[in-house]
Amino acid sequence: MSNRPLSETSEWTFELIEKYHKEIARIAGAFGLDTYPVQLEIITAEQMMDAYASVGMPIVYSHWSFGKEFVTNEARYKKGQMGLAYEIVINSNPCIAYLMEENSMTMQALVIAHAAYGHNSFFKNNYLFTTWTSADSIIDYLLFAKNYIAECEERYGEKQVEEILDSCHVLKNFGVDRYKRPSRLSMQEEQAKQKAREEYLQSQVNELWRKIPTKEVLRNDKKDSQFPEEPQENILYFIEKNAPFLEPWQREIVRIVRKIAQYFYPQRQTQVMNEGWATFWHYTLLNQLYAEGLVTDGFMIEFLQSHTNVIYQPAFDSNYYSGINPYALGFAMMTDIRRICEDPTDEDRHFFPDIAGSDWNKTLHFAMQNFKDESFIGQYLSPKVIRDFKLFSILDDYKESEMAVTSIHNEGGYRYIRRVLSEQYNLGSNEPNIQVYDVDRKGNRTLILRHTQYHGMPLDKSIDEVLKHVVRLWGFGVRLETLGEDGSITNIYECK
Amino acid sequence: MVQIVDRRLNGKNKSAVNRQKFIHRFRSQIKKAVSDAINKRSVTDLDKGEKVSIPAQDTSEPFFHHGRGGYRERVHPGNKEFQQGDKITRPDENSGRGNQASNSGEGQDEFSFELTREEFLNFFFDDLELPYLVKTHLAVLNEANKVRAGHTSTGIPSNINVIRSLRNAIGRRMVLRAPHYDSLMEAEKQLEDLLKSHDETDTVVILLRKEIEHLRGRIAGIPFIDTFDLRFDNRIDRPKPITQAVMFCIMDISGSMGPEDKDIAKRFFMLLYLFLMKTYEKIQVIFISHHTEAQEVDEETFFYSRETGGTVVSSALNLMNTIIQDRFSNSEWNIYAAQASDGDNWDNDSKKCTQILSEKIMPYLQYFAYIEITEDRHQNLWQEYLSIKEQWNNFAMQRIEALTDIYPVFRKLFEKQTHVK
Repeated sequence: MSNRPLSETSEWTFELIEKYHKEIARIAGAFGLDTYPVQLEIITAEQMMDAYASVGMPIVYSHWSFGKEFVTNEARYKKGQMGLAYEIVINSNPCIAYLMEENSMTMQALVIAHAAYGHNSFFKNNYLFTTWTSADSIIDYLLFAKNYIAECEERYGEKQVEEILDSCHVLKNFGVDRYKRPSRLSMQEEQAKQKAREEYLQSQVNELWRKIPTKEVLRNDKKDSQFPEEPQENILYFIEKNAPFLEPWQREIVRIVRKIAQYFYPQRQTQVMNEGWATFWHYTLLNQLYAEGLVTDGFMIEFLQSHTNVIYQPAFDSNYYSGINPYALGFAMMTDIRRICEDPTDEDRHFFPDIAGSDWNKTLHFAMQNFKDESFIGQYLSPKVIRDFKLFSILDDYKESEMAVTSIHNEGGYRYIRRVLSEQYNLGSNEPNIQVYDVDRKGNRTLILRHTQYHGMPLDKSIDEVLKHVVRLWGFGVRLETLGEDGSITNIYECK
Repeated sequence: MVQIVDRRLNGKNKSAVNRQKFIHRFRSQIKKAVSDAINKRSVTDLDKGEKVSIPAQDTSEPFFHHGRGGYRERVHPGNKEFQQGDKITRPDENSGRGNQASNSGEGQDEFSFELTREEFLNFFFDDLELPYLVKTHLAVLNEANKVRAGHTSTGIPSNINVIRSLRNAIGRRMVLRAPHYDSLMEAEKQLEDLLKSHDETDTVVILLRKEIEHLRGRIAGIPFIDTFDLRFDNRIDRPKPITQAVMFCIMDISGSMGPEDKDIAKRFFMLLYLFLMKTYEKIQVIFISHHTEAQEVDEETFFYSRETGGTVVSSALNLMNTIIQDRFSNSEWNIYAAQASDGDNWDNDSKKCTQILSEKIMPYLQYFAYIEITEDRHQNLWQEYLSIKEQWNNFAMQRIEALTDIYPVFRKLFEKQTHVK
């Protein structure tokens, strides 16, 4: 094959981007990547920092915390401590990927392959994303949220809005439904429904706090009926629906923060997979370009240089170490799945009897579609990857004076390490398990939260600060009870 | 089909609002940091922003998370010599890489970021002002505020005052129909009476009915609204009172001022100039530099010329006096002066200076600030000026020994004085 390279220099032009994109899209199609339509947006470094500050959302309501994010990045970027990540991609339909003006043609091609095809196909096909996010309407919803909050600022005062947002942000990780699929978002519906919802919600709240007893079923069978009947994990949702004194617009803001947190929830659960998948595909796609003679050696060298930077995993004792690099682990695992399929060893046949020797592309797609980090690692972390990374596990029990090495990358340790690492990516065990347990409806309306302790881990000292925000939203006192492993209350935090 | 959108021309400051919100929220902390920064640093360059640090605790956003303690098992990469069952001492509380890394990623106790030069100066000049700025003057300048001034009967459609216009219309309609209305009432009453004794077909009744019809027509014919009713909001120009102020910057560029002293003087005036330009919209600045002779110069020359020579301070004061007489003699000007010198002067000239100042200049002045730039003991000009300070309470003098003194001295000279105003 004697194709001529698409370009010889590192300069990019719009025509070149289109040409490269066309080739990458063709190859991606041939590999069976199923994607949303692509929208590439050329932006400047400053705009990239803006995008950073708004945690990758293309439109975001205004709040000081985004300003804080911005000044941090700005300072670090100017000092040269931080290069700008060259990719931000939005889980929307069409899928928006940003290309930075300063990048060379190689980097642009890399981003197109990585973001516009890798992440894009992940967004479209991973089960968490398809069930929990609505790519079609997220941009509209963000726009609705931004306008609504701006309107509230005008009508009720910036300070009032800021206070509510502050408190909601504190609880945003506790504003997601983990088990129930949220309803789809749409701006028009949102606006139409919003009015009706305001009235309805308010009337419901009044119902709950009504003092005159209704004639309905009086539940005498239970001594003291609990409210909510079942503990609720979505604290923000509970507050939105039941806090006695929130104004309708405040409820709507609680809802907005909750909805946006829900949108990001799958991303937090699929870091390794998502980055691994995108990295695997940019590597595969660009290598294919090279194999077809469409790019030069210089292109490849520049690409490989940044590729190896991205998948660099510093060792635990390095100064650069800050946990496992999701790009590195994800890429290694994806590549290894391909290897196991194409060229299995006896060990692989022993560990992965059903995928060894199967069609790698199908197997990889299946893995991408049906797992999240926790289960993906539990299923696919191979002994070879464990050996390559020289993984070892450390048990840190505060009752002991020393930490213990519980397993290393050897025959006896593979399964153990796989289990521990999988657990490490379980959001449920990383975040404290705190649920709404009861409300003292007959007394002083205290909201009772229950923290069910996991592995005896205590809550951080900042808990008092957090509770202040919960009190602000709830309007009355809040009590947090920590339940020890044995089911007895070991600790009580109160805030009024 | 791919869509490529060039967003580069879209505004780049999408975060500006959020940045402002951030700065606003931590205003008091930043202000403290700015003043700390100023006290600590030597003036290197005014045209730079400043990195400030505020306590990270204030900016942190709390959330529910685990603290240290309990039982946790984690996987790390890069094992070298560990074997299963090895014991390791727990790393130090602070140096340990907690799993819950701080979200700012940088220093744990301080939150650092850059203020732009503009923001920095804003914070720095925040509570400074020119003292005794009292003479306000209605200038001939065509600067004016639009203010509401009642209503007029002519105007453009967009200014129509609907309520007043309709009110007028109602009034007019009431007045115009009043006579007809009375007659109508009367006629209807008559008709009622007539009908008791007459038939519908009788001429009297028919005539009366016609009359009633006619009156009704007259009433209906009164126009609902007439140009006559229209009222328009009226706005007039009110000249804006502006304060006219002039600042004389007098700098000694004689040979006795070493390059460092000159540098300090220039920086001081640069700061003063920035402050004036930022804070006061309309202000004139007159630059006078002198050695044995004084010269009025432009900004460029003032800050960047390298002339030098002996010292006769009175020459500058004389020149200033002449300029005041020529251009700012009327009582409408707020006149300020700042003089910087090493205080080294011809002996008998210092006496002359005192004389010129107290007789000719001080009576016109709102405020005179003298800055002596020297590391040695006070010079003869200082001694002389002390007597003026006793006479005039709007005469201030300060001494700058080194670069680091510039900011504090500047602040002292132009601090907002609460008793004024």
